[in-house]
Amino acid sequence: MSGEDAMTQRASAPAGMPESSASRTSYLPWVTTPLLCLAILAVWSVYVRFSGISPFILPAPGAVLQAWVDLLHSSRAWSDVLATVTATLTGFVWAVAVGVGLGVPIARVRWLEQTFNPFIVASQVLPKVALVPLFVVWFGFGITSKVLIAAILAFFPILTNTVLGVKSIDQGHRDVMVSFNATRWQVFRCLELRSALPYIITGMEVGIVLALIGAIVSEYIGGDYGLGHLLISRMNAFETDGLFAVMIHMAILGFIFYFAISALRRVLTPWHGAGL
Amino acid sequence: MQLKPDHATTSRAAAIRLEAVDKWFGTRDEPVHALDVTDLDVAEGEFVVLLGPSGCGKTTLLRMIGGLIAPSHGRLRVMDRDLWQGNARQSDAVADLGIVFQDANLFPWFTVEQNIALPLELKKVPKATRLARARELTRLVGIAGFEQRWPRELSGGMRQRAAIARALSYDPDILLMDEPFGALDAMTRDAMNIELQSLWMQTGKTVVLVTHSIPEAVFLADRIVLLSPRPGRIDSIFEVPFARPRVIDTQTSAEFQSIVSDLRHRLERIA
Repeated sequence: MSGEDAMTQRASAPAGMPESSASRTSYLPWVTTPLLCLAILAVWSVYVRFSGISPFILPAPGAVLQAWVDLLHSSRAWSDVLATVTATLTGFVWAVAVGVGLGVPIARVRWLEQTFNPFIVASQVLPKVALVPLFVVWFGFGITSKVLIAAILAFFPILTNTVLGVKSIDQGHRDVMVSFNATRWQVFRCLELRSALPYIITGMEVGIVLALIGAIVSEYIGGDYGLGHLLISRMNAFETDGLFAVMIHMAILGFIFYFAISALRRVLTPWHGAGL
Repeated sequence: MQLKPDHATTSRAAAIRLEAVDKWFGTRDEPVHALDVTDLDVAEGEFVVLLGPSGCGKTTLLRMIGGLIAPSHGRLRVMDRDLWQGNARQSDAVADLGIVFQDANLFPWFTVEQNIALPLELKKVPKATRLARARELTRLVGIAGFEQRWPRELSGGMRQRAAIARALSYDPDILLMDEPFGALDAMTRDAMNIELQSLWMQTGKTVVLVTHSIPEAVFLADRIVLLSPRPGRIDSIFEVPFARPRVIDTQTSAEFQSIVSDLRHRLERIA
């Protein structure tokens, strides 16, 4: 299955195939994004220098960079990163397991869907970070409440996308499997899972970022570790440049997680045109 | 219509036998009679075309023969085996049936080769054997060289060829085709019909094909089963006498045109 073959084929595809015009403009973000970032930094520098604003409100970009380099050299900060990453990934893995595990039967069995649907809607509407204090009361300041919040936030997009994915399976494809005398397990393995996978990965893309948010928000009030805790401690110390530095760490983590899932999409669904 | 001696149905065993089969859809309160009580025998090696206006139950009939839906009453036998026992589809009978749908229905996440070999994979045929079989079939249906492509990289006609290869992969005795070329343009369609005929002559399969194109039916069929709607039922059966292999020019002959015209008049009366 060579992706390169698929690419060349796509490039020479006849009119009516979607991808052909995209290649002409695909280099544009590689030029505009750095330029825009530089422009923002320049405006920021100039503003800080000439407005006389206090560094407690808005530090200069250079100070933020220095604080960020300090973070890179701080072993304590690295253990905070590790704590946040651990909570995020553990929660995320639980969310994937439970979301897919519940999503497939809910999509298949009508009465299960009807039974669960009110709860799914209700819990999507509830701002789930409101549960953080409750979980701290129940499970203490340890990793358990962080993992739970991360998992609950990531769970819903994964569940709803799994349900959508399994429901979107082509009836014609199902007929084909019937004509092959396929067993239920074979239908799941060769059709349902494969067909729903692009949807599940879309849910995972949203879910991993939500898991990170969940972990950070629960670190705001719970525990002595994690980037959320570090951020709050910088705030309390009036180290605004450090606060920005922690935000940069968080943003980088978010990017890494998101692109990891995108890479997973390319590996798992090379046949699917919608890859990044 | 005159009988064609070497395709006389009585001389050979029935590959498919419908005994008082009918089909109701819908609820208990509002039942819809999709197919009236129907008897039909299809001989081994025969090419039968189900022809009729929409709503005549031809697709319902084909899907019942294919085991995709169960008849409401009656008995359905495939290669002398019951297709249904109670509510259970009999897998040994289904193994004799290959189905080609109007949409190719290839799985986009498998390559062409993997799609063709999929039925064999499900039957636990070793990988080397099933891939060799897939390559053999791509040559047979004329898509050799496209084994490693994704289905989306193929044209509609090539996808349908791959679907035919997939249905043939486990060597069923019977090929059921539900308007297999209905979504293709006229030129491709003519070419595919000629190739289907030669495929049928090479393999000796029994073929049941659904269409609403009269010339296509006359070109392909040994026998045309004409169905009428509301409820679907067999109106009449036409024998088509032309020798094989039929060629494009067969379609311009006066006899061909007269059969087409007879069928057209009959269809107008029943539709």
